[in-house]
Amino acid sequence: MMRTMLAVAVLVFGVSVATAQDPIATRKALMKATGGQSSQGAKFMRGEEPFDLAKAKAIFAQFQKTAEEGKSLWPDNSKTGGETASLPAVWEKKADFDAKLAKFGADAKEAAAKVKDEASFKAAFPEVTRSCGGCHETYRARRS
Amino acid sequence: MLRKLIIIFAAAAVAALAAFWFLTRPDAVAATTLVARNADLDNGRTMFFAGGCTSCHATPNQDDRTRLGGGLALVSPFGTFYVPNISPHTRDGIGSWSEAEFLTAMWKGTSPDGRHYYPAFPYTSYTHMREEDVRDLFAFLKTLPAVEGRARDHDLPFPFNVRRGLGLWKLAFLDERRFRPDPGQSAEWNRGAYLVNAPGHCAECHSPRNALGGVDGGRRFAGGPDPEGKGWVPNITQKGLGAWSAGEIAYLLETGDTPEGDSVGGSMTAVIRNTSRLSAADRAAMAAYLKSLPSIEGPPRPAKAN
Repeated sequence: MMRTMLAVAVLVFGVSVATAQDPIATRKALMKATGGQSSQGAKFMRGEEPFDLAKAKAIFAQFQKTAEEGKSLWPDNSKTGGETASLPAVWEKKADFDAKLAKFGADAKEAAAKVKDEASFKAAFPEVTRSCGGCHETYRARRS
Repeated sequence: MLRKLIIIFAAAAVAALAAFWFLTRPDAVAATTLVARNADLDNGRTMFFAGGCTSCHATPNQDDRTRLGGGLALVSPFGTFYVPNISPHTRDGIGSWSEAEFLTAMWKGTSPDGRHYYPAFPYTSYTHMREEDVRDLFAFLKTLPAVEGRARDHDLPFPFNVRRGLGLWKLAFLDERRFRPDPGQSAEWNRGAYLVNAPGHCAECHSPRNALGGVDGGRRFAGGPDPEGKGWVPNITQKGLGAWSAGEIAYLLETGDTPEGDSVGGSMTAVIRNTSRLSAADRAAMAAYLKSLPSIEGPPRPAKAN
């Protein structure tokens, strides 16, 4: 028990230190995890993998986590460095950026509650992921 | 002796000027060559979305993508272009144009008053469009809202502000041939080749350009530095997309999502807003064609982060 608590404490501490020290690396990792889940969703959309409700729920859980943790990952001191692809527009229009991130989280939450089967997933998923492009259009430099 | 030299020099200058004038004269489509026909507005709508007109011509800072009032600033290495009004407004847009004038703009890059357009307007691709598709597009544009107001003039330094000089550029880079289907390929492939190369004008951004701003023909579709500034436009030959299935490419054209779960950004987002409005069959055709592009190495690009 003690050991578990200690491990959790170390983990939490480690993550928060990483966040505080290097928001660029942290947000990149967060975006990568988001992309991994989005890719899973696309496989369901294209019918390349049989639909799985638990996996579908995990997709929307990650999206909510992304929106929540993302709030603190674009501080003023992270405009450059670490090969960031974030454009200055993030900080020039921070209110809009924050609002878009929050909408993504809210949409994911709503979808998580709504999705019961393949049909409802196929209706909800594209609505949520529309936010991805909506943000990347304005706030991320091209690098692929 | 001196007088003779002056005369020779003057004659040479006049000859050079005459040659320049002759070589750079803007070309036009004669109205008399057009046979009357009824426009197919559905096809015009398809061409509108395949051509991505609204990505550049929509009035900025408002949500209606069918209001083509222009005004968007396009920053390029040659200066800043301000996109014109192509709404059907009779004074400020294209409302008073004839079909021949519209074809002349799309195929030859020449305005109704006989001036060269800058190739920021991708007529180097639109020139490959079929006559009926261009005319249907024109008919469709006429159904959109008329928007008042003209965009300001382009902001270009010398010598790029001399439009006549574009005549030489066109001689070098405007390959004015309509699309010819390849009988050795499937109907789907040919449809895709047409959409990608003619209205879709994908190569205009997804290819490196030479110092004069012409597409590097040998490395067509091989990606390169973003002409709008920061970043990189991906290689969409099989060098870049080899690991993607045709289904995944079609899915990207519908949703903007890559197989890795990333979503496209920058101006590609606006492209997706257009391709998402095409039929699934047209997206599949574009994907089939792109899958067939041989692997070509693009310019060396900065290492990918993460």
